[in-house]
Amino acid sequence: MPRLDSTRYTVLFAVAVSVVCALLVATAAVGLRERQDTNALLYKQKNVLLAAGLVKPGQSLSSAEVVTIFERRIRMRGVDLKTGQLLPEDKFDAKGYDQRKARNDPALSRPAPANDAKVARLPNIGTVYQVTAADGAVEQLVLPIEGMGMWGTLYGFLAMDRDGNTVRGLTFYEQKETPGLGGEISNPTWQALWVGRKAYDANWAPQLSVIKGRAGPPEQDPHHVDGLSGATITSNGVTRVVRFWLSAGGYAPYLKSLRSGAPS
Amino acid sequence: MSAPSAVFGRHEKAVLLDPIVSINPIAVQVLGICSALAVTTRMDKALVMGIGVTLVTALANLAVSLVRNHTPGSIRIIVQLAIIASLVIVVDQVLKATLYELSLELSVFVGLIITNCIVMGRAEGFAMQNPPWISLLDGIGNGLGYALILLSVGFVRELTGAGTLFGHVVLPLTKDGGWYEPNGLMLLAPSGLFLIALIIWALRTWKPELQEKD
Repeated sequence: MPRLDSTRYTVLFAVAVSVVCALLVATAAVGLRERQDTNALLYKQKNVLLAAGLVKPGQSLSSAEVVTIFERRIRMRGVDLKTGQLLPEDKFDAKGYDQRKARNDPALSRPAPANDAKVARLPNIGTVYQVTAADGAVEQLVLPIEGMGMWGTLYGFLAMDRDGNTVRGLTFYEQKETPGLGGEISNPTWQALWVGRKAYDANWAPQLSVIKGRAGPPEQDPHHVDGLSGATITSNGVTRVVRFWLSAGGYAPYLKSLRSGAPS
Repeated sequence: MSAPSAVFGRHEKAVLLDPIVSINPIAVQVLGICSALAVTTRMDKALVMGIGVTLVTALANLAVSLVRNHTPGSIRIIVQLAIIASLVIVVDQVLKATLYELSLELSVFVGLIITNCIVMGRAEGFAMQNPPWISLLDGIGNGLGYALILLSVGFVRELTGAGTLFGHVVLPLTKDGGWYEPNGLMLLAPSGLFLIALIIWALRTWKPELQEKD
């Protein structure tokens, strides 16, 4: 047996340990990838339902129940972000469309207009989750939003009433903010403060913002939401992200078409 | 160290059970406090974290002990760390594949098992000097000791802070038409400190031999 403290042996031992550990980690990561992806998709769908208020925070649901509610109440559609026109369901498969992938594909996306939410590229087609009533009428629209928080990109959903102005809910399904501070954007109690706020002012300019301190009830203070203590940068990030997706670069053309009474 | 011949004799039993109460890593050695404050707001979080740490401590002890006679002294700490880190990543991956939402809530704290002083402490302090089987038992024992404190603190915090246990309503809250007004302080980190301190106090009163003579 070689001497334990020789340089040669030490290096060899270090390499051997590294290889074994790397194999272990890689096996776990690759072997579990599929189930993790399924879970992530399910969680995303659950967040659409949470934003729309179809599922209450803290309600325990099996994955089958989430899928059932999603299939029954949500109709996924594609919308041309430039014109705001909904794409016909027979021409565009919204279920098989991944907006986050499309955004990185030069053929399916374009550089985003200058914005402070640090959105670099915009997909040509955005997903809209139409929330339908039992008779098929569209009640709400859940819009995917993304943009820079403090530590990373926030991915979430903004649920809008069919009037194209009233917020019905907000959730974040992926974020890397500081747990306990900026991470509180995932707190259902804070998210509930968004319900009933108005996205636009009288001139249809996006007005929602997370302010420092406490905002009034939605009737008196329609555009403001309570800030998160100790998380100013995250709060500002959320303001910028929400405003960007409500602006002309985001879903504004589509929401505008709802106001003028275009068929959905 | 005398090598007992029995697979599970008195010595093995002591190694497994002593860390659960009389040399509990949190209450007696006061290690691993940070995660004990962070993940004890709910019983389910505390349970999953307890299981995670038990698995990591047990397997890390086993692995470190298996290679203890071949590990060069100069790099032993980093070897232990590599083993522990790999195991923690595996636990994190398994959690994401099975309990996805809980893994999001535990967020950084699963990753931070790597820096949990208990895991490293047992690897360096016990597994480096002892054979694999007894090291495995020591790891399980210390993990269970950690889990026991987490669950006790989680029990009190969830019950008094939210009126629930494992998410099931036990004390109906006034805002839902019940009679119990929850104590919000119990859901904040300081209450975890108070509770752990109370546990330490109770334990030292029960077992006076734990008190330092000064």
